[in-house]
Amino acid sequence: MAAIIELQRISKHYSKTIIGVDDVSLDVEDGEFVTLLGPSGCGKSTLLRMIGGFEAPTHGMIRLAGQDVTHVPPYRRDVNMVFQDYALFPHMTVGENIAYGLKIQGRSRAQARDMAVDALALVGLPDKIDQKPAQLSGGQRQRVALARAIVRRPKVLLLDEPLSALDARLRDQMRIEMKHLHEKVGITFIMVTHDQEEALTMSDRVVVMEKGRVAQDGRPQDLYDQPASPYVANFIGTTNFVAGSLTGRSPAGTRIASAAGDFTATADLALPQGAEVTLGFRPEKVRLLAEGETAANVVPGRIAEVIYYGLGLRTTVELAGGTQVHVDCLLPDSLARSAVPQPGAPVRLGIEPHNVFVFAGRVAA
Amino acid sequence: MSHKPSSSFVADTALTTFVCLLMAFLYVPIWVLIAFSFSSSRSLTWPIPGFTLDWYRKLFANADLLTAVGNSFYVATFASLLALAVGIPAAMALHRFNFWGKTLFRRLILLPITLPGIVTGISMLNMFRLFGFNPSLETVIIGHATALIGVVVTQVFARLQRLPKSLEEASSDLGAPPLHTFLHITLPNIRSAVFGAGLLSFVLSFDEIPVTFFLTGRDNTLPMYIYSTMRRGVTPEINAVGTLIVLASLILIIVSVLLSRDRSPR
Ligand SMILES: Nc1ncnc2c1ncn2[C@@H]1O[C@H](COP(=O)(O)OP(=O)(O)O)[C@@H](O)[C@H]1O
Ligand SMILES: [Mg+2]
Repeated sequence: MAAIIELQRISKHYSKTIIGVDDVSLDVEDGEFVTLLGPSGCGKSTLLRMIGGFEAPTHGMIRLAGQDVTHVPPYRRDVNMVFQDYALFPHMTVGENIAYGLKIQGRSRAQARDMAVDALALVGLPDKIDQKPAQLSGGQRQRVALARAIVRRPKVLLLDEPLSALDARLRDQMRIEMKHLHEKVGITFIMVTHDQEEALTMSDRVVVMEKGRVAQDGRPQDLYDQPASPYVANFIGTTNFVAGSLTGRSPAGTRIASAAGDFTATADLALPQGAEVTLGFRPEKVRLLAEGETAANVVPGRIAEVIYYGLGLRTTVELAGGTQVHVDCLLPDSLARSAVPQPGAPVRLGIEPHNVFVFAGRVAA
Repeated sequence: MSHKPSSSFVADTALTTFVCLLMAFLYVPIWVLIAFSFSSSRSLTWPIPGFTLDWYRKLFANADLLTAVGNSFYVATFASLLALAVGIPAAMALHRFNFWGKTLFRRLILLPITLPGIVTGISMLNMFRLFGFNPSLETVIIGHATALIGVVVTQVFARLQRLPKSLEEASSDLGAPPLHTFLHITLPNIRSAVFGAGLLSFVLSFDEIPVTFFLTGRDNTLPMYIYSTMRRGVTPEINAVGTLIVLASLILIIVSVLLSRDRSPR
């Protein structure tokens, strides 16, 4: 497989102080489903719009299928976009919207209509071809926008927060449908979202962005298991952080001391002894140890709060030194009352070394 | 408050009275005009002594007046078209591009609207003389258009600002070069503003006197003709012309409302 999109050190500086995208390099494989993930204002849309040709980068080069397209206008790029507001032409019917790009390609009216019918069937809207966009629901408009963008079979489909305008239930359904659509049409998808769940469930690869830069780029599972920074650790899922310092190395891993106790972590960082580090572990990777149970890392604490959320319990535990951490556990089948932790009770937390992240430096808790 | 019912009754009555008076002030003169145009007496007396269509018959036999009407249509039509032809691209440029001196450009385009017609008239007359053009209906057209461009730019620009930027981007994304996008996406979506601006321009040009006065040669437009005959007092014939203009305006208004209704409700 070859890279269909190559971004080489792309930057977009709107002005000296407003930096949209800052030195991003990225290759996207043909047929991949890549998601640009990050909070609002981190430059996701700007990056996507540069791939579409709506913004010109101030530095760097964009290649599409090996060709330099950095300064090629959108109407000569073999790339199509699903806009956040869908951008359906209000004065045209659904069929005319979809046929618009086909007629420009020089296809006959009849052929364009046939292709529009097929595209509508593909997105599950076969009977709306003669309606106006204003007559459709939000979800239906979204499907029309998808159909209009894929009907030309572009090399790459760009999607800017395509699901953000839909209600929660429909969004869940469209996630699955869009993933299936991607598999069916085999076009490269590049999607932008601020919703980590959306990114994790839909894409082959997630590019986490922070302030115009790439914070980490990898498969959803890798980002989850090996976040490169506290930022990523907390953006993808949630992570408890504990400040510590590196005390040494043992065969079992890196030794770290903290106010809450000593930890061993499998992860190894090239840091000198005594370096300030931040420990991280996920609430769902911590066990509340029962009497007599033990683990590689055992941390004592006191229960501050227990919240029941249906599927399980989220327990807040205060560690020595005052840091509060969350522990998630699923509820057993039949819950013995006595097994539910009570606020104020002392507990021991068990954490396996491979579940402890170690990051250089300290983060503001 | 215990007075509320009665005080709101007073307020309602006052408001109703005010609206009635306002309507009377606006429309009674027009009804009087229409009534007099059918009066069998040459003197303006109320109630009219009898009904006649004589003034309309005379009017259609008056060659000078018919020529003036034709001239007015000619001037108003081409002045509006010229204003649209220049104003729409200017509004697009204002909307699309950020350029140095943009604000100044906007102000300058709008200035001729606020400039008194006499100033526009005299200055354009000077200019045409300078370039050796003789005053004619064509110079009137150019004179009118300069002021009307501002009307067109204002209306079209305001409509463009309400048009989502993503529509034009989507068109470009689907392979349409800029001109294709303008003709197939932008223009249909600003249609109502274009019609509105065109009609308003037409009407403004149709009854314009000061600029026309300076820039016309031997040819008269309708308002100029009416004005010149007025020296002999308001004749029933003039009332008949006025009535026809009211009728034409009414038709224009209905047509413009029908045409400019956006097909898709937003
Ligand atoms: N046209 C523009 N002019 C100036 N600044 C812009 C423009 N578009 C975006 N920005 C700025 O660039 C940054 C990134 O914006 P954007 O790419 O829209 O972020 P995201 O899509 O991740 O929310 C933001 O700080 C935003 O204010
Ligand atoms: Mg965005």
